[in-house]
Amino acid sequence: MEGDLVGRSFGDVVRRRAATHGLVVQPRMGFADPARMRAGLVATRGARAATAGTITLDSYTRVGDHESVRLALRRGDDLNGFPIVGHGPDATAAMIDGVAGPDFPIQVRHGSPDPRHIVAALLASGLDATEGGPVSYCLPYSRTPLRDAVDNWARTCEALAGARTPEREPHLETFGGCMMGQLCPPALLVALSVLEGLFFWQHGVRDISFSYAQQTNAAQDEEAVAALHRLAGELLPQARSHVVVYTYMGVFPRTEQGALRLLGDSARLAVRTGARRLIVKTTAEAFRIPTVAENVTALEYAARVAADEFRAEAPLVGETGLHEQAKSIVDAVLELSDDVGAALVAAFARGCLDVPYCLHPDNAGRTRGYVDGSGRLRWKRIGGLPIRETAEVISGRPMSAAELIDALSYVELKYDAGALTPARRPALIEKTTVKERVS
Amino acid sequence: MNLDAIDGGAELADAPVPGVLAPALDIVVTSVSSDSHTWNLVYLQLVLEEMGHRVTNLGACVPDETIVESCRTGRPDLVVISTVNGHGRHDGLRVIRTLRDCPEFAALPVVIGGKLDTVGGAGGQSAAELRAAGFDGVFQDAGAITEFRSFVAALPVAGLTTGWEPRALVGAGEAMAGA
Ligand code: B12
Repeated sequence: MEGDLVGRSFGDVVRRRAATHGLVVQPRMGFADPARMRAGLVATRGARAATAGTITLDSYTRVGDHESVRLALRRGDDLNGFPIVGHGPDATAAMIDGVAGPDFPIQVRHGSPDPRHIVAALLASGLDATEGGPVSYCLPYSRTPLRDAVDNWARTCEALAGARTPEREPHLETFGGCMMGQLCPPALLVALSVLEGLFFWQHGVRDISFSYAQQTNAAQDEEAVAALHRLAGELLPQARSHVVVYTYMGVFPRTEQGALRLLGDSARLAVRTGARRLIVKTTAEAFRIPTVAENVTALEYAARVAADEFRAEAPLVGETGLHEQAKSIVDAVLELSDDVGAALVAAFARGCLDVPYCLHPDNAGRTRGYVDGSGRLRWKRIGGLPIRETAEVISGRPMSAAELIDALSYVELKYDAGALTPARRPALIEKTTVKERVS
Repeated sequence: MNLDAIDGGAELADAPVPGVLAPALDIVVTSVSSDSHTWNLVYLQLVLEEMGHRVTNLGACVPDETIVESCRTGRPDLVVISTVNGHGRHDGLRVIRTLRDCPEFAALPVVIGGKLDTVGGAGGQSAAELRAAGFDGVFQDAGAITEFRSFVAALPVAGLTTGWEPRALVGAGEAMAGA
């Protein structure tokens, strides 16, 4: 695509950088203080890797509680991200001034069922790339009715689309490939990622990335990303798009070696499957918000591993029917209405979409995932999902607390197992403190 | 919130757990308004139900008013606040002040736990501040579960009129002291 070669928009830059430098790596980074946030972006840009910048927003901004942002900033309480609405467009524009550039696009990451104020703030700050979706930013992130989130996200997509100019192509990434971070079988992740992409397109967004989060088994993940590429290509061939992989989003290894090994495997997954971008996690993940230095280490480590990996050429062996499952879910949902948003609401109402272990009131809650003996994430109960599952295990016995922790800790234990040094909380050493203001 | 999403539920909560002579407590498990993490809530619900207690799980991003309302209508014996997003100190202080401002909840046992700040507990002031503001227990992160179980096991039960025997786990005198 022509735009890819010259365009300065997030999607163009990612595709161009990935074509010349291999995988683009990106942190999940967000700090309350603008000086520290800027220092984090500068350090991301300077890392030895092809990087994209991230501004992760704090939880108060996500839930629309700007009063608590104001109070926390006044009292000097730390926040778990950058309050883009509270700081306002002028402060945000000043914060990124001279950092964002033709080779360093910046994306705003949040987690809000009603991001209208967030998107207004980011557009007014000169930014135009963000992520989310009507389902993936509602069910795991709020108690907001799904119907309302669908309306809010329709308006949000329209606002992004309305900001399009010949030089500016707003970008939106689906978060559907992550649902709840863990224990959601991949076929549903793929289906939701594709459905959210279709929703974005229907509401005017033209540059879309489709996400998939690393799960419990590398072969299964490869099959899932292949299915995602295929379905996105079949259903949205008109879109400018790329696939983005997330390093594991569930309970993380506690040892440094375990955390890095898991990160390394996600970089391999991304390269082997032809993803353009990887969003990394750090060695602090299991404990606290990572420092700038920990983020840079993760970015450089992932880029190094990626450089030694090659895209898998042969067709994947060991297909388990994941593409068919994902496709039958997508098809069944799209049959419910021509309007993708209405179809999503109807699908959840009848359990045709149903996310395991999700407490949201609009989720039927009749499905369950589990990790089988070979480490694959499988369905234990399919509820009303429109799929055939040959290996359904129906267990009448309720899950115990210990069994839940075992299932949640599968990845942590697997990667921590071989570590030479015992699990230990990494010391909090933050060099880029507020005292070293960059501005 | 959608309780079907959790196994366990009523079957476990209503039946006395064999071998444990403990009167069931009515317990509210809840997040705070800014926190959407729910695996922690599911886990705590199962832990408490396995101890034989009845749990009302309020779910993610719970507004302060919903917590207060659920205490008014449900009259719980214990409120368990769980939060891991790093805003626990800020949100926790606000919630406990709101609850303690209501005379009827001045003595209600309320605890908080999880990852309460963004720095992994470094500095250690959060816990002290939360206690001072009125929490009866502050439990930081994973290692705290054992301590938490003993705290719950030692709680006096208000409604001894239910016909239950005082719990076998603590001295009968202690169990009845608050009755
Ligand atoms: C899964 C996950 C998610 C999922 C959650 C899905 C859902 N609806 O639940 C998703 C991807 C949506 C998510 C989102 C976010 N997350 Co998150 N998430 C995690 C992750 C990877 C695992 C959490 C988990 O499932 N644990 C399993 C449960 C069973 O255990 P637990 O929650 O750790 O709780 C244990 C103990 O803390 C303790 N405990 C907890 N509460 C209580 C209460 C009492 C009374 C007691 C006794 C004990 C106790 O018992 C549990 C068992 O040991 C952790 C990191 C990790 N641990 O690996 C980050 C983590 C918790 N997330 C974090 C953050 C900040 C967020 C976000 C705000 C995004 C951001 N800025 O990065 C958003 C939340 C938005 C919001 N409004 O709050 C941070 C918190 C940082 C901090 N406190 O310093 C963590 C630590 C990651 C990190 N290092 O940055 N997250």
